[in-house]
Amino acid sequence: MYDFEFHRPATVRKAASLAAKEDAKLMAGGQTLIPTMKQRLAAPSAVIDLSGVDGLSGIAKKGRIIEVGAMTRHADVASNADVRENLPALADLAGNIGDPHVRNMGTLGGSIANNDPAADYPGACVGLGATIVTNKRRIAADEFFTGMFETALEDGEIITKVRFPIPRKAAYAKFDNPASRYALVGVFVSKRGSEIRVAVTGAGPCVFRVPEMEAALARRFSAKSLDGVTVDADGLNDDIHASSDYRAHLVGVMARRAVAAA
Amino acid sequence: MSETGIGARVARLEDHRFITGKGNYTDDVNVTGQTYAAFRRSEHAHATVTSIDTEAAMAVPGVIAVLTGEDLAADGVGLLPAGWMIHSKDGSPMNTPGHPCLVQGKARYVGDPIAVVIGETLTAARNGAEALDVGYDVHDAVVATDKAATSPVQLHDEAPNNTAFNWELGDSAAVASAFGNAHHVTRLELVNNRLVPNPMEPRAAVGRYDSGTGSYALYTTSQNPHVARLVMSAFLAVAPEHKLRVIAPDVGGGFGSKIYIYPEEVVCTWASKRVGRPVKWTSERTEAFLTDAHGRDHVTTAEMAMDERGKVLGLKVHTIANLGGYASLFSTCVPTYLYATLLSGQYDIPAIYAEVDAVYTNTVPVDAYRGAGRPEATFVVERLMEVAAREMGIDPATFRKRNFVKKFPHQTPVIMLYDTGDYDAHLKAAMDAIDYKGFGKRRREAARRGKMRGIGLSCYIEACGIAPSQAVGSLGAGVGLWESAEVRVNPTGNVEVLTGSHSHGQGHETTFAQLVSDRLGIPIDQVTIVHGDTDKVQFGMGTYGSRSGAVGMSAIAKALDKVEAKAKKIAAHLLEADEGDIELKDGAFSVSGTDKSIGFGEVSLAAYTAHNLPGDGMEPGLKEGAFYDPANFTFPAGTHIAEVEIDPETGVTDLVNWVAVDDFGTIVNPLIVEGQVHGGIAQGVGQALLEGAVYDDSGQLLTASYMDYCMPRADNLPSFTVGHTTTPCPSNPLGIKGCGEAGAIAAPAAVMNAVTDALGHENIDMPATPQRVWRAVRAGNAAEAAE
Repeated sequence: MYDFEFHRPATVRKAASLAAKEDAKLMAGGQTLIPTMKQRLAAPSAVIDLSGVDGLSGIAKKGRIIEVGAMTRHADVASNADVRENLPALADLAGNIGDPHVRNMGTLGGSIANNDPAADYPGACVGLGATIVTNKRRIAADEFFTGMFETALEDGEIITKVRFPIPRKAAYAKFDNPASRYALVGVFVSKRGSEIRVAVTGAGPCVFRVPEMEAALARRFSAKSLDGVTVDADGLNDDIHASSDYRAHLVGVMARRAVAAA
Repeated sequence: MSETGIGARVARLEDHRFITGKGNYTDDVNVTGQTYAAFRRSEHAHATVTSIDTEAAMAVPGVIAVLTGEDLAADGVGLLPAGWMIHSKDGSPMNTPGHPCLVQGKARYVGDPIAVVIGETLTAARNGAEALDVGYDVHDAVVATDKAATSPVQLHDEAPNNTAFNWELGDSAAVASAFGNAHHVTRLELVNNRLVPNPMEPRAAVGRYDSGTGSYALYTTSQNPHVARLVMSAFLAVAPEHKLRVIAPDVGGGFGSKIYIYPEEVVCTWASKRVGRPVKWTSERTEAFLTDAHGRDHVTTAEMAMDERGKVLGLKVHTIANLGGYASLFSTCVPTYLYATLLSGQYDIPAIYAEVDAVYTNTVPVDAYRGAGRPEATFVVERLMEVAAREMGIDPATFRKRNFVKKFPHQTPVIMLYDTGDYDAHLKAAMDAIDYKGFGKRRREAARRGKMRGIGLSCYIEACGIAPSQAVGSLGAGVGLWESAEVRVNPTGNVEVLTGSHSHGQGHETTFAQLVSDRLGIPIDQVTIVHGDTDKVQFGMGTYGSRSGAVGMSAIAKALDKVEAKAKKIAAHLLEADEGDIELKDGAFSVSGTDKSIGFGEVSLAAYTAHNLPGDGMEPGLKEGAFYDPANFTFPAGTHIAEVEIDPETGVTDLVNWVAVDDFGTIVNPLIVEGQVHGGIAQGVGQALLEGAVYDDSGQLLTASYMDYCMPRADNLPSFTVGHTTTPCPSNPLGIKGCGEAGAIAAPAAVMNAVTDALGHENIDMPATPQRVWRAVRAGNAAEAAE
C-alpha cells in the first residue's frame, strides 16, 4: 500500500468536497478498494471514508418502494424483515454476495458505484428498475450503469440511497465463478404490472437487459416461454473461466431458472 | 488400550494453542534491529537481465541496501541444487543447472528473484524494489509441457532441447511381447494438471548473523530444518553447518512446498551479514503463487494390454514431466522413482515399461506436492483400469479383482517389493459401504431428476515411509532417508522427545506423545515433543512422503526400547530382583509374581541422583537416542469410490457420495488419521474438479490469486464415509504404513472415473470444470445424434 491521506467526514457535503481533490477516492465498505490498494494496483492520494456520515444506511418501506441507504451492508439487506417479506429476491441476492466478511463490510452503494461487471447488485438494480438517488439527483438504473467499472456518477456525486419498486414476482439465478464466487452469469427477472425485466450481470462488460426474453415473458411469464430464446455470444466476456458461448448458454439456463423460481 | 495410548482418539494437544492465536509462526518472530526484505522479481518469463541500476532504489527513504546475483557470486554463495541424480537411458547424467538465488544472467520464470532490497520498514523495502531500474532483453518463452523439447526457445545452455533427462524403467522387450499377445489394448492420453500448493501460512524467513560468534540463525517455514541447513552449508556455502542454526517453529501447512530451501531464505540469511542486521521476509499470497514450487504437470500416453479374460499382460507409459524453469531439490525423483515405481498399482502386471522425459519450461519450478509422483501414477493406472474394463464390457470392480496381487511379498517389475496387503478386503468393504449394487437404481432415479449420475473406483497404492537409505542411495538420492530420535527422561519422570520429524499440521505433538504414554505408561501430559530446531535436535530428515509415523515414530520406539532397558536394570537393582522379572506397566516397574514395585518417576530420579546404581559401571542419567533406517518402503493401499451427479444444462458436477476404505497398517490416532484422509480427499477433489495453474503463451501466470485459482471449499465436498482394513506393516516396529497423502493420491482417479461414467465417454481433462463438462455433454449428445 502506498501512503495516502485518510478522511472520515460527517456529512455528505464535506465528503463531496474532499472527493473533489485530485486522485481522491471515496470508500464505502472498502471491500474492493482496500485489497486493490494493498496490491499497489490503486494509489489514491486520499481515501474518504463514508462510514462516519450519518443517515446513509438503513432500510425503509415506503408504500410500494423499498428504500435502501447507500451504506447499508449486504448482511443487513439479507436479513431485513421488510426486504425478506416484500423483495425476497433482493435479500437472497445480498445473502449470497462474497463471503461473511464481505457481506458484513460491503455496501450497496459501494458495489454499484464500482460497477464490477461480475457484481450482483447491478443485476438487481436493472432487473427491478430501481432508482439511484445521489446528493445531486435521481438516476434510473437503466441509465446508471454505463460500462465496465463505469457509471453515470459525476465528480463529487455521492449515492445516498437506492429505491427498489416492489414487484409482483422476482428472482435472481446466479452461476458462481467457482474460484471467486462472483457471478459468472447472473440473471435477475421481475414482473411488476405489465413491466417485465430480464437483467444479466457477469456475462458482459456491464449489466444489460435482454429485450427478446422480456417480450417472450410478456406473452406468458413462464420458463417455457424462454425455450429457444438465445442471446448472442458476440460481445460477451471470454476468459479462462468461461468462453463467451458458454456464458451465452448460461444466460438462457439461468433466465429459465430465475423465472421458474420467481 | 489406554485412553491416550496407541489407537486412542486423543484430541490434538496442539490445537488449543493454534485456535487461540498462541501459535508461534515465523512471521511472529521479531528480533532486535530487524530490517525487511522485498524482492524485485522478473516480470518476464524469459529474459536476460542487461542492467540493474540501483540509484533510484537507494534514494528511497529507508532503503539500506540493494543486493543482486553479482553480490551473491562475489561472496561465493552457490546455486540451489537438484538433490537426486537421474541418468538418462543412454547412461548420461541429468542436465540440471543450478538455480541462482538471485538471477545471474537470465530470468527463467515470472517471479524469478533478481534483486533484494533491504529497508528499515517493509514499505521502504517495497518502494525500493519498485524503484529499482532493471533492464531486460526479453526472449520468447516456452510454457507447454509437450512443446518444450521441440521448441526453438532454449532455457539453459547446459540442457539441449530443454531436456533434463530421458529416463526409462522396466523391460521394453517383455512389454513389446506382451502387447504382441494382447487380445485388447486400451490407450489413453492423460494430462495431470499443474497445481499450486497453497499452504495456509505463506513462506517466511528471518535471518540473523552474530558477528561475535560468526554464526547465523535462520527462522523459516520448513518441513525439514536440518536438510535446509545441510543444503545451505554443503551446496550454497552460506555457512558451515556448525555455524548455522535453522529453526522451523510452528509451520502452517506445507504439502511438500516447504521441503525445499528457496532463494528468499538463503538471501535473508546471507544478507544479514552483509547489512549487519537481521533481515526478515514474509511472502505475500501472490508471491506464493509465483514462487512456491508447483505440483504435478505431466502429459502422458499410456497403453495397457489384456488377454481375452481381462487379465493385464503389460503396461507401457510415456510421460513428459514439466520441471519448470529449474530443477528443484526433489524434482528429479518425483516423476521417476516416486512415479514409475508405482505403475503396477495393486495389480499383478507381468511386464511394465515407462519412459519419462523431464523438460524445462518458463514456469515456476515443479516439485513434490502431497503425494509426489504417486497421485500421477495412480491416475494413470486407475484411469486405465476403468476404461479397459468398460471397453471389454467387464464390471470395473470385477476387472480389478481379477488383476489384484493376492500373494505377498510381491515383486513388481518396477523395483517395488510389496510386503503385505489385502486388496480384496478394502474393495469389498468400500463396495458394501457405498451400496455398489444399488447404483443402477440411484442412476435411474437421478435421470428422472434430469441429472447424469456416475460412479468411479480408485484402488490406489503408494510407497511411503521413505526410505531405506542404501536403496535410495543406489537410485541416486543425495542423502539417506532414516530418522533420528532422542528420548530424554527428566529426573522428575517427565519426558521430552526430540525428533527429526517436523510437524506442520500432522499432529505429531499428540501422536508421538501417545506412543510414549503407551510405552512408558505415563500420562500424556508428562510428555513434550520437541522438533524443528537444529540446535536442539541432533539431526533429522524431516516430514514428507507420509514418513513421520513409519520412520520418525520407529526411531522414537527404538530410543524408548533403550530407555526401558536401562530403567529396568535400575528398577531391578532397586527392587533387588532379577532384571528378567521386571515388568513395566501403568507407569511402574514391578517384579512379576510379587507385589513389589517402584514408580517410573522414582527410577528416573534414581538414574539422576546416581546414589545407588547397579554396580556394573552404569552411567548416570536416563536419556537415549536412536537412528532408524527403514528396511523397506511401506505400502498403504485402499479403495475410494466416488459418486457424482452432473447437471447437463450447466455442466456442474456435484459430488454426492464418497467412501474411502484405507489400509494404513497400525493406526495411532483414528481422529487424526480421519482428518488426514478428509484433507487429502479435498485436495484430490480440488485437482479433479477445481484447481489448475494456467499460464498464457508468454509465461504469465493467469491464476495467481484466489480470484482465479479455485481452491476446494467445504460446500464442494460431501460428507465422507471413512473406514479401514488393517494389515500391519511387517518392516517397522509399530506396523505403521502412513496416511498423509492417501486421499490426494486416490481421489483424482475416483472423481474422473465417476465423471466419465456419468458422461458416457472418456475425453475430458482435469480439472473437470463446469465449462469442460458442459462441452463434453454437448459432444456426447452430438455423437449420439450422429449414431
